[in-house]
Amino acid sequence: MQLMRTLSVALLLGASTLLQASVLPEDRLDVLYHQYEGGGMKINGPSVLVRKSFADKVAVHANYYVDEVSAASIDVLVSASPYSEERTEKSVGVDYLHGKAIYSLSYANSEENDFEANSVHFDMSQDFFGDLTTLSLGYSKGWDEVFRTGDNSFAEEADRQHFRINLSQILTRNLMASLGHELITDEGYLNNPYRSVRYLTSGGSYSFEPERYPETRTSEATSLRLSYYLPWRAGLHGEYRIYDDSWGIDASSWQVKLIQPLGSNWTLEGRYRAYQQGDADFYADLFPFQNAQNFLARDKELSEFSSTVVGLGIGFEFSKPNWETIDRAGLNLWVDRFSFDYDNYRDIRVDTTPGTEPLYSFDATVTRLLFTLWY
Amino acid sequence: MKTVGTIRIAGLILLLAFTASGCAVRPWLKPYDRARLADPVMNVSAHPIAESYMGHVHQARESMRGAEGSAGGGCGCN
Repeated sequence: MQLMRTLSVALLLGASTLLQASVLPEDRLDVLYHQYEGGGMKINGPSVLVRKSFADKVAVHANYYVDEVSAASIDVLVSASPYSEERTEKSVGVDYLHGKAIYSLSYANSEENDFEANSVHFDMSQDFFGDLTTLSLGYSKGWDEVFRTGDNSFAEEADRQHFRINLSQILTRNLMASLGHELITDEGYLNNPYRSVRYLTSGGSYSFEPERYPETRTSEATSLRLSYYLPWRAGLHGEYRIYDDSWGIDASSWQVKLIQPLGSNWTLEGRYRAYQQGDADFYADLFPFQNAQNFLARDKELSEFSSTVVGLGIGFEFSKPNWETIDRAGLNLWVDRFSFDYDNYRDIRVDTTPGTEPLYSFDATVTRLLFTLWY
Repeated sequence: MKTVGTIRIAGLILLLAFTASGCAVRPWLKPYDRARLADPVMNVSAHPIAESYMGHVHQARESMRGAEGSAGGGCGCN
């Protein structure tokens, strides 16, 4: 079970269209190859997206996404054996344009050998105030089924709900702003069924016991985004996001991104992102004894850590006069370098006194190659 | 988290003030004033499939979730 957060992937696919009411998404075919490599994990695969509109009133889209996972991360190495698995995700959706409003409905399904997620999403977006303002509202509902490889008697469920609102505003000829808020609630089995925590034993060593998470989680995130048109024709985009949840985690991130065209066909992109989070109330790298508290976690995603991303991208668009049904084509390549530094998650592959092992850190590289046809 | 709550309340007050003032203020830009905003360089998520994948990468390794998306506006930038 590599990932349990598939609900939001379909959300993100829809989100790009959320803020641009009164105009349906472009007709396009996207073929993406993606690869993540770092921290003992290699995940790659294709993603294909098709969008088509009809009579400038209705647009439909479908996405097929694959993760081929080869896992030998630190979590896996200290408590299990390296493994390989595949995750596939399929989603379909429809957008309906009515006046200055767009209504969107989509469905997504994600499957792994030990996990299945289904979700539905509804969004509406309305332009007003001379089309300078766009208000978007959305709701999603998801149903997860969790299994455990090698244990046919294990089957658990979790339900998820998302409520979101976004207000976008054109401020000047060169500046746009967007303020968004999203509340997410989870209920059910929220553990990873394979993960363990460690605790001190009487002999001065340590042992493991299964993680235990609460069965509910509520989170809120708020984001502010600004986009500014620079005098020499380039786009400067800034984003700040804050987050907190009922597990005691607070987090924030900021990002700047520059989109710089070169001539009429080429585009360069650069971005820098910084992220930091505090740990969950029930997280510890090393518990003092077995069953030390009701809830127990040693998942590094629930620890205190910070990360940075530096990304570069290059794109090329072209067209031919004799193309009849195709408007233009494009090729894009992005490479992003991640660095993660954990503040209270230790690398227990190092054999020393428990609790004094070096803090864990790792780097990862994400590569995306995208081919697009607009028609 | 007190700081987060304070920022949210401040944001909400700003939003309400803006909305209230919107009743008395006319739109200050005409459609022909928005050419720059409709330029592709102002579309931070021009390639949604690539953007959603990157959001997926972040979410799988962080606790933060929600309020993803992109800056935009009712400018017909698409």
